[in-house]
Formats: sequence, C-alpha cells, structure tokens
Amino acid sequence: MSDIKKEAALLSQYLLPQPVAIMEVCGTHTTEFFRTGVKDIFPQSLRLIDGPGCPVCVTANDYLDTAIAIGWQHNCVIATFGDMMKVPSSYSSLAKEKSKGLQVEVVYSPMDAVDMAQKNPDKKFIFLSIGFETTAPAEAVCVLEAKKKNIKNFFLLPGNKLTVPAVKVLLDSGEVNIDGFILPGHVSAIIGKNVWDFIATDYGKPAVVAGFEDHDLIRGTLMLLDLIKNNTPKVLNQYTRVVRDEGNPKALEILYSVFTKGNATWRGIGVIPESGLDLKEEYADFDAYKQFPVDVPPPKEHPGCRCGELLRGVILPTDCPLFGKACSPEHAVGPCMVSSEGPCSAYYKYGRK
Amino acid sequence: MDIIVPGHGSGGKLMNDLINNLIKSTLGNETIQLDDAAHLNLATTSIAFTTDSYTITPIEFTGGTIGSLAVNGTVNDLAVMGATPQYISCALILEEGLEIETLKRILVSMKEAALKAGVAIVTGDTKVVPKGKGDRIYINTAGIGVFTNPPQRREIKPHDTIIINGSIGDHGTTIMALRNNLTFSKGLSSDCAALNHLIEDVIRHYPDAIKFMRDATRGGVASVLNEITKNAPFGAKLIEDNLPVKDEVRGVADILGIDPLYIANEGKVVMIADKTCAEGIVEIMKKHPEGRDACIIGHITNEFSGKTYIQTKIGGKRILPVLIEEQLPRIC
Repeated sequence: MSDIKKEAALLSQYLLPQPVAIMEVCGTHTTEFFRTGVKDIFPQSLRLIDGPGCPVCVTANDYLDTAIAIGWQHNCVIATFGDMMKVPSSYSSLAKEKSKGLQVEVVYSPMDAVDMAQKNPDKKFIFLSIGFETTAPAEAVCVLEAKKKNIKNFFLLPGNKLTVPAVKVLLDSGEVNIDGFILPGHVSAIIGKNVWDFIATDYGKPAVVAGFEDHDLIRGTLMLLDLIKNNTPKVLNQYTRVVRDEGNPKALEILYSVFTKGNATWRGIGVIPESGLDLKEEYADFDAYKQFPVDVPPPKEHPGCRCGELLRGVILPTDCPLFGKACSPEHAVGPCMVSSEGPCSAYYKYGRK
Repeated sequence: MDIIVPGHGSGGKLMNDLINNLIKSTLGNETIQLDDAAHLNLATTSIAFTTDSYTITPIEFTGGTIGSLAVNGTVNDLAVMGATPQYISCALILEEGLEIETLKRILVSMKEAALKAGVAIVTGDTKVVPKGKGDRIYINTAGIGVFTNPPQRREIKPHDTIIINGSIGDHGTTIMALRNNLTFSKGLSSDCAALNHLIEDVIRHYPDAIKFMRDATRGGVASVLNEITKNAPFGAKLIEDNLPVKDEVRGVADILGIDPLYIANEGKVVMIADKTCAEGIVEIMKKHPEGRDACIIGHITNEFSGKTYIQTKIGGKRILPVLIEEQLPRIC
C-alpha cells in the first residue's frame, strides 16, 4: 500500500472517544476536502464545519452595490475575478448588469486590469479587490506599478479582508462548539504560523496549518485529531514546505506599504474592527471609493438566504431550506452557492449522493 | 497579402476562381462535385447522417486547425455510432479580411485529415460575411456513414467496463493555454484525430461487446458519463488512480481551476463494453496510434444510481456533477 493509502486508512479508522467538530477556515479547504474525497473517509464521529474563508461569500452586499453604481454613474469598466460575476448584489449582479450594457471585464490577475488601463487610456478601470491576505500583496503591487508607470485610469475598490480577526470573533461569540481548526495554508504562507498561536494560548484550542493536496488534508486532520484527543492546545504547522513561522516578511512589507487596517463588514458577522484593508492616504488617487462617490440605495438581504449563519459555522448548507431548491448554481440566491470556494457550491457539486 | 474580400462570395468570377483554384483543387478535384448536390452511391440503405459547425478560436493550434477539427469531429460522430464514415460536406463562412494563405493552410489540413480518415469531401458552399460579422472562419461539415454492423447501442448494465483510448483533456487545455497566453505550458498538443479506424478494428474483433460509445468533446469525459447515467438505474464509477492525464494538462488545469474530466477532447472515445471483453478491447486500441495509452478507467455500478462519481486516490468518493456552464466557449 502506498504511503497516502496508509495515511487514509489511519484517518478512516481513527478512534475518537467522543464526537468531534473541526472547522476549516479556508474556502479552498472546503472544496478540497470534498474534491479529494478526504471528507468521505472521515470517521463517523468527526464533523467538518465550514468557516468564513470564502472571500466572495463574506463580501457584504453593499460592496457589489457600490461597484455597480460606480460603473454606471461614472462610466467605468469593472474588472473582476470571474467568481464575482454571478454573485447576487442587493438588487442585481454584475452578470445581469453586463447584459444591460455595464462594462465588465473578467481578469485572471489584478495586473491584467493594470495592463488594460494602460492600453485603453480613454477608459477608467475599477478592479474589485476581493480576497484575504493571500491576494492582497499582488493587489498592492498593482497599485505600486500603476503609480510607477503614472497610470491615472486604474483604481481599486478595496474589499480585502483579514482572516485572524474573523476567527477571533467566532471564538469570542461561543455560538458554535469547535474542537479545533484547520488553518489556511495560502494565507499562512503570507502571515505565518505564529500569528495563530493565540488560538491555543488565549482560547485553549488546538489548530493545524494545512496544505491543500489530499496527503496534506489527511495529515493535517490526523495531527489535529491527535491534539484534540490528547487535550493539547497547540498550533502546529503541517504545511512546512510553504509556510514559515513568521510568514513572508517581504510580502507583508509590500502589503502594508499600500494598505492599512480598517473596519470591514462581513456577511453574516457584521462590522469587525481592523479586519479589512483600506488604501493608505498617499494612494488615495487609486481609491475608487474616494474618486467616485456614488448614491447607492440601502443594501438588502435576500429573503430566506442563510449564508450568514453558514459563514459563522452555525448551520450546514443542507440545513438551509433554499439549498438545492430555490438556490442552485444556475439560480443562486446567496454567494455561498456561486463562488467556487463557497460551502453551498461544494456541497451541491460534490456532496449529494 | 491576398485576403478574402466581399467579392469572393458574390457568385461572380472572384468566387469561381476561389472555389476552382483553391478550395476544390485543395480539397480534392477528384471527389468534389460542383453541381447543386453530390450524387453518391452507397453500399447499404442503413446510413448514419450527422452535421456539426466549428467556430473554434484560435483557428490554428498545436495539433490541428479548425479544418482538421471539422473533418475529424464529423468522422468521429459517425464512427461512435458504429458506422463507417464515407462522405463529408464542407461549408465555409469566411470573414472579409481572412488571409488566403491561412485559408489554404486550413484547407490543406482538411484534405490531410480526410485522406487519413478515408473519407471523401464531395460537396460544399462558400459564403463571405463583412468584416466584424464573423471570427475569420467558421466551418460546417455534414457527414454520411454506412452501417455494415448494427449501430453500437446496447443495454448498459452494472459491471460493464468504461474504457478510454488515451489521455484526457489535451485539446481543451491546449486551446485554453493559447488563449490565456500560458507560454510556459510547453509540450501541450491537441489530440484532434479521426477514430474510425480504431473503432472499426474494435468492432471487427468484438462485434457484440460494445454497449455505448461517444467522443468526449465539449464537457469532457464526465459529461459523457453524466448523459449515460441521467435517470438510469445504474451509476458510473471512475477510478482516479487509473485516469490518464498528462502532467502538462494537469498543470494548466490546476492553474485555471478546471478538472481535466470536464475538458474537451477531440480524439477520445469513451466506450462502455462488456466486462469480459474489456482487456481485449484495450489491447486492440493500443495497436493504433490514437489508442496507444488506452486503458480501463472505471465501471458501471449498482451504487449511486443516476450519478457519475469518482473514487479518489485515497479511496474517498465524490460526485462528478453535471456541468452547469461551459467552462470555455468556442472550443470546437
């Protein structure tokens, strides 16, 4: 038997003295636990709770409302990752607005938006800067590049969020009983393992930073289960080939040379202080919020949608009465069904048997 | 540089010159009939008839062109029914401004593909649309094949074997890499090929074993299997360990976040066959260049009726859902 098959057998036969619930914080983990089949071989008493780790999902409606308003009211091109296209805003979506004539371009990298701006100086490009610590350095680089090249028609609509404050809020609320955390590998590659130590020292819970391949998920889960079983509140790093204790200081330096921490609104959670990234005052010329003031009607939630509770780990996708009925990838009511990293999308695609 | 102009579709001298001096002479003076319709003699009254339009961009890519794709695609549609492809039509929709040299290369690749597949291009049409009203060239091909064996459609049952003639996702990945300028993705090539000789050889050796076959084009292998399992009293199970996926394809698919099982192929047939003949069929396929990497990738099960699913490397199972949207438009 290959090593990975042995590890898989260890996990599927793991003896747990009592039911255990672990939370995966990262949206890529949500999908990969399904895609690799690792969730399918979990021992029966182990439950995986989905956390607030899908950046598209936690973006509150007013962000998209603002983007759409800027596009129309200031005649700008909205440049976005494809995931955002079909996410419902309060009253519409980028895809629907595009069919009405709003200029929307899907990009694979934020730098594509800078390039488009450079090639089309007569148009204004707004990049929807959504993501966690992983993507923020790349977005910071774009702003630096645009400044260096004196590109005046490239703007960011800052919507980046920080994962650590969100995990703190979940632990403080006590709303969900979580025995341990699988921590995001890509985010931790930037911010490091050590910033998560508070989970053990302040809250007495174990956690493991894990990678994304099948063997990472299995090993990470085994490490976490050992910590839980032995009642050892520690934060360990399974993903040592990528994640260092102190993270990537260079990336952090670039990130915080352009952005500064500010309050951010999370879907389902509300405003979390110091959990978002705003552009620094010296980069105000690139800040779409500042350059393109707009009138936006008050945001509206979608009746019946329980994405908020889902993102706090209170319910599973299948607990939502809309799941698979009124809400499906073709007709998504909430963002968790749209985004490729959304828990509802993962359950819908891979979980139904 | 000579380019297509509106006059090439006008019905006058320019058009006649284009058809006679370029299209007919390249595609086959000996086979093309310039009358209103081609007059054909068929060996049997049981025929297969199909048509398909090709809008792919880019029109030339590693491993093929829109022309070879049009011939092979139509040949394969006939072959997977169990018919022997014989005649092809070729309707060209040319955008004003297309370089004649490019058109010539595409026609040459059509002719080569037709020769290789053993089909004759017998009739056609040429239209020119104004600049901006098309994307350089669109091709429609229709095809006629004859049945010398019964159509290869039989009742699928649990324990039947799922076979493929080689690596998965090559065509779609090649196109996506070109469109996204992923210049590091060396070694990628479309699998664009005619499968009729390989399929005929399998039928010759195993006339009753094949339950179903389909070329896994748009939507890939997973979509073919989902078509079979939809509302069926059985499920289709793939074994991830057995799936032939080239490293280059895996790499690009990972970057673009796409599962190779959903990526288009243009030279791959998914065959459902009786379990007892499966190994033998794989051996026959391996004798053909298009089947060198043929293998068994799964089987039909009693479990998860109506669903297509995969057993992952670690032994977990997950559903392979019906594709909601096309992953990439205009790939064929």
